[in-house]
Amino acid sequence: MKFALAGNPNSGKTTLFNSLTGSTAHVGNWPGVTIDKRSGFYKKGGGNVEIIDLPGIYSLSPYTPEEVVSRNFLLDEKPDCIINIVDSTNLERNLYLTTQLLELDVPVVIALNMTDALKKEGGEIDAAELERLFGVPSVKISALVGDGLDLLMQRAVNAAKQKRAGRSVLDSGKCAGVINAIKELYIKDNISNPLFHAVKLVENDGIETAANAAFAAKAEELKKGVETGVFEGDFEGLIADARYRYISENLAAVQKKPAPRAVGFLTKSDKIDRVLTHKVWGIPIFLLIMLGVFHITFGENFLFLGGWLIPESFDSAIFGSGALNSPGVIIFNLMDAATSRLGEVVSSALPEGMWYTSMISDGLFGGVFAVLSFVPQILVLFLFLSILEDSGYMARVAFIMDRAFRRFGLSGKAFMPLVMCFGCAVPGIMATRTLENKEERQRAIFLTPFFSCGAKLPIWAAFAGVFAMYRGLNAELTVFSMYILGIVVAIVSAFLLKATIIKGETPPFIMELPSYRAPKPKNTIIHLWQKLKHYVIRAGTIIAAATVVIWFLSSFSFSFEWVGADGNPEGSILGLISKYVFRWVFYPLGFAMGENGWMFVVATLTGLIAKEVVVATMGVFAGMDGDEALETEGSELGGTALGGVIISVGGMLGGLNVAIPAMFAFMAFNLLSVPCMAAVAAARSELNDKKMLFKAIAFWIITAYAVSLVIFWVGTLYTLAFWAGFAVTAAIVAAIAGAVWHRLKKTERKG
Amino acid sequence: MQKKLNDFIPDEKGTVKNVNAEGKIRRRLFDMGVTPGAEITMRKTAPLGDPIEITLRGYELSLRKSEAETVVLEVTK
Ligand SMILES: Nc1nc2c(ncn2[C@@H]2O[C@H](COP(=O)(O)OP(=O)(O)O)[C@@H](O)[C@H]2O)c(=O)[nH]1
Repeated sequence: MKFALAGNPNSGKTTLFNSLTGSTAHVGNWPGVTIDKRSGFYKKGGGNVEIIDLPGIYSLSPYTPEEVVSRNFLLDEKPDCIINIVDSTNLERNLYLTTQLLELDVPVVIALNMTDALKKEGGEIDAAELERLFGVPSVKISALVGDGLDLLMQRAVNAAKQKRAGRSVLDSGKCAGVINAIKELYIKDNISNPLFHAVKLVENDGIETAANAAFAAKAEELKKGVETGVFEGDFEGLIADARYRYISENLAAVQKKPAPRAVGFLTKSDKIDRVLTHKVWGIPIFLLIMLGVFHITFGENFLFLGGWLIPESFDSAIFGSGALNSPGVIIFNLMDAATSRLGEVVSSALPEGMWYTSMISDGLFGGVFAVLSFVPQILVLFLFLSILEDSGYMARVAFIMDRAFRRFGLSGKAFMPLVMCFGCAVPGIMATRTLENKEERQRAIFLTPFFSCGAKLPIWAAFAGVFAMYRGLNAELTVFSMYILGIVVAIVSAFLLKATIIKGETPPFIMELPSYRAPKPKNTIIHLWQKLKHYVIRAGTIIAAATVVIWFLSSFSFSFEWVGADGNPEGSILGLISKYVFRWVFYPLGFAMGENGWMFVVATLTGLIAKEVVVATMGVFAGMDGDEALETEGSELGGTALGGVIISVGGMLGGLNVAIPAMFAFMAFNLLSVPCMAAVAAARSELNDKKMLFKAIAFWIITAYAVSLVIFWVGTLYTLAFWAGFAVTAAIVAAIAGAVWHRLKKTERKG
Repeated sequence: MQKKLNDFIPDEKGTVKNVNAEGKIRRRLFDMGVTPGAEITMRKTAPLGDPIEITLRGYELSLRKSEAETVVLEVTK
């Protein structure tokens, strides 16, 4: 038997699905759209009852992909029963969907969920009365506690064994005559679910009228005789109104004692909301929460204890030096230590100097460990995001941020996915799935690389170290400047995207703000586990494969001879094409100039595949080419050894002065171009559109190239004559500001 | 007295008279329960001045002022 689970968002559908199916759940995709399709078998059903979780929806209108997917499933796949989950603390709106589901010729069982919460609030519901009203079994349950689930399934199995004819609450309304007449036409044509189709046709539903143009013409004729009042011929509105009217007229009988919020009292949730979305405090609180999340995940001075509680002399590879690391960093270090140890053990067991030893220890392990080392921090980040999501705060974040994001053709909901990209672009891109509007999702995905991710940070740190050592530039400022550059580029390109590649209006923002609920550990863990599994499988396999490819290209020559014994990729495929082809492509950006410029080209190309390997690649070059004196000067691998390479580039360009703009151009290119293959794969499945994916990749590369070009040449101008550099900078800033201002004006005029 | 939803001040109540939005947004408003006769309480404005939060049919809904502008209500309190 096949049961469909249908209900509003936030009705507890996921919780119920997880309780019913346990570990048998399987996540796939609905055909043609990027919406999760979860299915599984009822734990106690002996493998006979399959449950398909439909997307959370408020209605069966033809406008959103979630609704269309649900509707197609219900009509085409003919489930044996629909379990309609309803939030009993929010009955009135939840039953609106029920009135539509009831029109199908499919058995329906209503699951009145959250009865525990309703009881706590002091409300009471009469399931028998609801059963009488709608003529279908209604069972009180609590998905969270596990109450009533056996009875629910028992009644669903029984209901599935019988036939059921659709029934409509519009039976007694103004449209009843028209609907019945149209229904007869469908019956004559032997179309299943005639009532459902008839109602949709009368509603002027786009999908239905397109499929049955002849019937639609007939309906238009019949509809002329119906008095529509304030709706002035709008049957879509008339029918929606009739459904709500029916519900509110009958609600009193079902709700023996309404929940207090239904009568306008301030509930606990309302009181929490007063603080969290407060006019003045809302934004500071929000920033504090975000800061806290990032601090606990990435901070190296936990709770800022360093300096006063933790002595300077405190030094531990894992727990931090001179300060305590945050939990995220500590488990990151633990994982890192474990994987390096494992890597050493394995490579020492393999014969030295053989290509397969190199493949396993440098190629495969390098890649897999790079991903694994990110897992702990991603885990901590996901943990917080799951808690924020399950508690209902995430919707408030969208509420608070919407105004700021709207100008960019995004809504407040885009904030979370984008902010996640500071951690890793892969979960960030995956999270764009929560954006309803396709254009918004595309715009957000296009912007993802500009938010400097965790794998890029070592690049900034290494270069900042060199700049600090040789030019006295403030290291933190260098790192910070990359983050700022990314954000500025994101803002400017959001405007450009909206005007060019991804047109279309800003998506509407009519969103439920669900009640706050204390997140339950069990739910959070399930949530966390699903997300993590998704991430590890996706990022892990692709990064591992990509690093093996890089290893191959940098270890073998065009005649497939192994040239990687000394780690020098100069004679390899990658080295040769960098030296003789791509070097000229990147030549205008500065960093490819000079005798050793091709090394940066190799690093850049590997960076397109995985940013983790950029510093390692530079390290290899530095190791074989670095100035001996420089290498002993400090201890940081990135710092000193890289310095040698940078100087050799600078040497060719007439001093380090020019090397600095060239290096910033290099960093900018790495920041803005294709983030990594794992992100590309994620973008491919979220965009679900090959042409868009190519556009995205081209957009990233072109943006990176253009910005790096400007950085190098303007920077070089500064070293020649300050006033010239300043004048050009001012001109560019003015041009961008002008373009943005022009766009702003235009959107403003449009409303 | 009739008034548009975007002009409501916090805690003001009204009954929906008419929804003038079109297409997708109109349907979305109806689906969310903003239909003629629905009672709406204005809750608050977001910290940046937009969107707004309202209570109707026992739950909280947020919508932008530009969307709220299409909803005409009879003020009740
Ligand atoms: N008190 C209570 N909370 C529940 C119940 N079922 C779900 N929840 C909570 O409601 C929120 C939304 O649930 P979820 O399953 O994610 O809803 P979905 O959006 O419909 O999938 C979560 O915080 C759940 O913990 C229930 O029976 N009782």
